[in-house]
Amino acid sequence: MANDGSILTAADLAGNGVHGDDPDARGKFGVFGGRYVPEALIPALDEVAAVYAKAKADDGFLREYDHLLRTYAGRPTTLTDVPRFSEQAGGARVVLKREDLTHTGAHKINNVIGQALLTKRLGKKRVIAETGAGQHGVATATAAALLGLECVIYMGAVDCERQALNVARMKLLGATVVPVHNGSQTLKDAINEAFRDWVTNVDTTHYLFGTVAGPHPFPEIVRDFARIIGVEARRQMLELTGRLPDAVCAAVGGGSNAIGIFHAFLGDEDVRLHGYEAAGHGLTSGEHALTLTAGSIGVLHGSRTYVLQDDEGQTIESHSISAGLDYPGVGPEHAWLKDSGRATYHGVTDDQAMAAFSLLARTEGIIPAIESAHALAGALELGRELGPEATILVNLSGRGDKDMGTAMKYFNL
Amino acid sequence: MTTLQTVFAKAKADNRAALVGYLPAGFPSKDGAIAAATALVEAGCDVIEIGLPYSDPLMDGPTIQDAVHRSLTNGTRIADVMRTVEGVAATGAATLVMTYWNPIDRYGAERFARDLAAAGGVGTITPDLTPEESAEWLEASAGAGIDTVFLVAPSSTEARIQAVADCCTGFVYAASLMGVTGARETVNVAAEDLVKRTRAHTDLPICVGLGVGTGAQAAEVASYADGVIVGSAFIRRMLDAPDEAAGRASIGELAREMAQAVRTRA
Repeated sequence: MANDGSILTAADLAGNGVHGDDPDARGKFGVFGGRYVPEALIPALDEVAAVYAKAKADDGFLREYDHLLRTYAGRPTTLTDVPRFSEQAGGARVVLKREDLTHTGAHKINNVIGQALLTKRLGKKRVIAETGAGQHGVATATAAALLGLECVIYMGAVDCERQALNVARMKLLGATVVPVHNGSQTLKDAINEAFRDWVTNVDTTHYLFGTVAGPHPFPEIVRDFARIIGVEARRQMLELTGRLPDAVCAAVGGGSNAIGIFHAFLGDEDVRLHGYEAAGHGLTSGEHALTLTAGSIGVLHGSRTYVLQDDEGQTIESHSISAGLDYPGVGPEHAWLKDSGRATYHGVTDDQAMAAFSLLARTEGIIPAIESAHALAGALELGRELGPEATILVNLSGRGDKDMGTAMKYFNL
Repeated sequence: MTTLQTVFAKAKADNRAALVGYLPAGFPSKDGAIAAATALVEAGCDVIEIGLPYSDPLMDGPTIQDAVHRSLTNGTRIADVMRTVEGVAATGAATLVMTYWNPIDRYGAERFARDLAAAGGVGTITPDLTPEESAEWLEASAGAGIDTVFLVAPSSTEARIQAVADCCTGFVYAASLMGVTGARETVNVAAEDLVKRTRAHTDLPICVGLGVGTGAQAAEVASYADGVIVGSAFIRRMLDAPDEAAGRASIGELAREMAQAVRTRA
């Protein structure tokens, strides 16, 4: 595909075989992942896996996906040097991967276009999705509108209220938004409700899962569709700096933007991979989303992974100022990267993230998503540790327009 | 202790289906759950499933979600579930625990199986545990001498039905429809076909659940299945009752109607 100017090849899309990091036949990354779902869903998951395996080896599919990424999503996204921001990072050279410049303003578009195309290959006409802050919901509604699919978005009733603007965007894009009043009325309950819809309507419906969590094959598919971030960034870093970065930083909620940028670097053993989870009001406050750094191994939403849970396996509600990181589970591949030591994960508090949010706006004229601000805060600390010789690549996974309400309140604007 | 094997052998000898009732522990209260299950047994339920309340019940419809949420709000813990099992088993009914996998995983599979057996429980139903992930639980259950029950669904292929049936020792749970728990207007026609397909893979009893809420439906299911499972219809009546006593009376009435129906096999 490279000879016709495309940015994607089959190897780019999926596991490149370099690191042997695809899940096994049961969907396991080491002990993590797998399938813990009602038996009724197994045939549907098998079908998705089979159709996806065929699609990723099909030149026609890759060509169509590639075309939409370039002409609709705005890929490739650029790298941006941020020298004034870098001064606060111990002088280390910080480079941003600008996923905020994609259509809809966040990396989520990469996954939804891929899965919407897959939906057509599945012969299905309806997609459902969960959303927390509304970003995945908006992205899904966008892809559904583009490809003429019926779209239903499940969103916690509390989140619907907090993110009224995104609810309006989804409606404008032709989606039906269903407020979920069960449980904590947030993202995890929206996922439960989407699974209930799926098991009921599986003949006509694809569950367009929004992150690298959930039952196999979702962690693999969502990763592959997010993988373009790191594939581009690795190439671009070599062009820009003549070498690979010393470290790659990304925010981790469910973990799709992080796995997307990490994955192309897994085989580069000298490149440190750092994921930043939301520490909310701090570990000791109990109000955080530190799934990898403070959680324990369990099963949530169909997958074995790290979970915030009590001593009897009941899910504990998470907290973060950033709705996109406010999730008590995490993708199983991150759990595996943590345990294997290939990636390390840290906490960033609400206050640290908001300081980095403000700093990037003032020093570089870029307002990041609060999710991405967690990675920026991590890079500031890491830069001070690594020193001025270091180069740090940060995934700026989304733009901050959606966060202005939160910012106005936080900064008294 | 009454085993599942005794229950189904007896039902078969009587040429009827067994009646299986589901209630979550801790609902409407910790003691109220034992009293309610006892009312079901007195009205003719042969087997009781005690639900272990879980924060993320993704295969349950609104009725069971509501009851489970109230139970967790009441502070129900696994020790309470075991006490409930003990209380219900004392009535002479075969008593199972129905639970999502994570609470067992967290508690420890071996410990859970041992504690359940000690409480007089005869086995578990695990709706989100797939055959692929079942090895640890099968071993722990066998070690403690309790039965395992897994689910087949209308979408299951023959190979999946075989794999699921191979994991079961007590009975096979046939989900009547593609969907979540909750009473429906009619029992899906897919249920009879699923039972027929499952029989080709196992000699174990096959019980049908999801969507059974009336005596007429119970009689219909009893004509082709070895057991009829009823949950949401009981819980709905308890949620609608003005107090626990009225709730018990109401579910007793429905259970009597169902117990009659499984003997009619319409």
